Amino acid sequence: MTTNVPVADVAIEEQPKENYLNCSKGFWSWAGTLDHKRIGVMYLIGTTMAFLTGGIFALGIRVQLWSPDGVMFTQETGLAGYNQMFTLHGVFMVFMFIIPAIPGALANFALPLMLGAKDVALPRLNLASFYLWLIGTGFAIYSILTGAVDTGWTFYTPYSIQTEQSVVSMGLAVFILGFSSIFTGMNFIVTCHKLRAPGQTWFRMPLFCWAIYATAILQVLATPVLGITVLMLAFEHLYHIGIFDPAYGGDPVLFQHFFWFYSHPAVYIMILPGMGVISEVVSVHARKPLFGYRLMAFSAISIAVISFIVWGHHMFTSGQSEFVMMAFSFLTFLVAIPTAIKEFSWVATIWKGSIALTAPMLYAMAFLVIFSIGGLTGIFLGALSTDIHLHDTYFVVAHFHAVMMGSTALAFFAGVHHWWPQIFGKMYNETLAKISACFTLVGFMVTFLPQFMMGSQGMPRRYATYLPEWQGYHQVSTIGAFILGTGFALMIGYLVHSLFAGKPARENYWGGATLDWKTATPPVHTNFDEDPVVTTDEIYDYSFLSEEKGKA
Amino acid sequence: MSHAVLETPTPSGGNFRPHKVAHHFTSAVQEFQSLKLAFWLFLVTEVMLFGGLFAGYYIYHEQYLETFVACGKLLNRELGSLNTIILLTSSWTMAMGVRACQRSKQREMINWLWLTVLCACGFMVVKYFEYTAKFDHGVFPGSFFAPDETYAPFFEGLLHPNIFFSFYFTMTGIHGFHVLLGIFAILWLIWQGGKGRFHAGFSAPVDLIGLYWHIVDLIWIFLFPLLYLVP
Repeated sequence: MTTNVPVADVAIEEQPKENYLNCSKGFWSWAGTLDHKRIGVMYLIGTTMAFLTGGIFALGIRVQLWSPDGVMFTQETGLAGYNQMFTLHGVFMVFMFIIPAIPGALANFALPLMLGAKDVALPRLNLASFYLWLIGTGFAIYSILTGAVDTGWTFYTPYSIQTEQSVVSMGLAVFILGFSSIFTGMNFIVTCHKLRAPGQTWFRMPLFCWAIYATAILQVLATPVLGITVLMLAFEHLYHIGIFDPAYGGDPVLFQHFFWFYSHPAVYIMILPGMGVISEVVSVHARKPLFGYRLMAFSAISIAVISFIVWGHHMFTSGQSEFVMMAFSFLTFLVAIPTAIKEFSWVATIWKGSIALTAPMLYAMAFLVIFSIGGLTGIFLGALSTDIHLHDTYFVVAHFHAVMMGSTALAFFAGVHHWWPQIFGKMYNETLAKISACFTLVGFMVTFLPQFMMGSQGMPRRYATYLPEWQGYHQVSTIGAFILGTGFALMIGYLVHSLFAGKPARENYWGGATLDWKTATPPVHTNFDEDPVVTTDEIYDYSFLSEEKGKA
Repeated sequence: MSHAVLETPTPSGGNFRPHKVAHHFTSAVQEFQSLKLAFWLFLVTEVMLFGGLFAGYYIYHEQYLETFVACGKLLNRELGSLNTIILLTSSWTMAMGVRACQRSKQREMINWLWLTVLCACGFMVVKYFEYTAKFDHGVFPGSFFAPDETYAPFFEGLLHPNIFFSFYFTMTGIHGFHVLLGIFAILWLIWQGGKGRFHAGFSAPVDLIGLYWHIVDLIWIFLFPLLYLVP
């Protein structure tokens, strides 16, 4: 009898431990799951697909602009296809990738873990918001099949009420995706308020939670306004209710006000979660407590608040009164303060830290560089006099790509690389990951720096053809886009490869101090074997690592 | 816990079904508070949604003041007032239903809920007559706006009367859609309530749909003076 015991032990050792990924099997165990971790994984797959789709449209745009007369669409063959291409690029990237990516995928996985909760407050609503995302995406694809949309992602009236009928189904897609986003936000607010573990006070929440909380407030308050706006746009298109149509006494600029009342806060719905991810990544990979924790938390909230009263800076050329423009310009500058607090605090966190140049850290550092560029060029655009010159040029395009693509998307990928071992229990090829991060940084610079240059010289955005003097810039930019594409293709490759052939990740792979790392890798179905209790204010205290080393 | 009073066990007797607290909550109180907070947030989104329409109304009211005042007089104030009374009554019956639920009076709760559904249907019927009375005279929203000879004289000399009716039909239409949703939600309460699911130990769904019903009522309280009694 006794001789059999060690053999049995070994056999048990070889069995993979039960975790949320293998605790149940079959299609419905995923499609009908209420587990926030599985819903997060589904979001991760879905939003990444949307990113790839949007990315293909982006490459199409860049190919078209290789030659001044256009490559795919020329005067002879008609240029309308180009308008559809940049519209679909915008809609897919904004509504189906950037807005849901970090909250849907990463926060869904990490936020309840960080708070020490067993799930989000409303798991059914969480699943529902994923399905709303799917249905919304379905409508978007349907509108592509029925003639696509050529209005740009902003759907400006009056053009959007005269163009193809598919604007209505695309509007419906945006409406549904908006509700998906609202439900996600509601869930996170309630989770932060009601499901924190014992001892997990507000000021012991990791900053990622603060960022997601601030985002959620914006999602709940701003998105319904977009909902009613696209609804009115649909009515306008179907029945010509006239609210946005000058032919019936309406005002097309009102649409812009409504649209930006949502879409400016939406810019922060996009960037705030990215800021949260970077806060976690720089702290863990520099092995230092976050610098200025409280200010970081307050700055997230104040960005959220101020973002509601700056929408007019998208409309400096729309004929607002001078006083209104000055107010919007001043308020826009105000956002720079909390944003700068964040940037400086990240740098101060890294300073004199024990920096590990891991793949997530490389992505985070690329974020810090590009976000500075994006943030500072935002100041140019917030200033009235320069904005009149730069409005609707490639300078604006380059600015918001620095913030959306170079910052949010990179923060998302930093987060994906950071939490990957915790999500899947597998480790990707780190060398390839570092190469991919470098590709992304270089690719970004090569793509968008020329766009800043030609924008400042007057190259207008959304043009399918252009004057030959800008060809050099455009060609460099196109080369950059393909460098970016290569980096992302490489990334998808090694990440998918790691799922099947990656080596198992050890527990707490990066040595994180927050609760999301203080559970099994990957976590069990109910998140924690024992209900966690938070006993210290020093949530980013890494001294336990050296103690563990001492013991070993 | 300050809200310990909420931690009421399922009453005995009757056909009450005990409520099982979801696995990720530590107590029924925590569950109830979470649901309630989430629902209030949802109500905030409703206010923001209608807020867009109200803002639009405000802007065009300023711009075409004369039109708005004149067109407002064309709406049927008697029927509008009747609907206001019906909705206010339904808010009262709903509140009584919630109270009955919290006291585990099942039969009573279901009766109050039926009365609420009845009022809601009454509201929709009145709305139907109001709409058709306008449609019959060619007063449609937007580009279909083509008043016949009885109505045309009213609109002479007015700038863009169609805009007022666009707001009227859009706002009351979206509101009416909410009333319809409310009817289905309350019918669901009646169906599940008949199975004994709601009682002092678990009143959240009745409570929250009650809140929803009150916000639908409240929005009407703003719509009625803005459209029928244009200031």
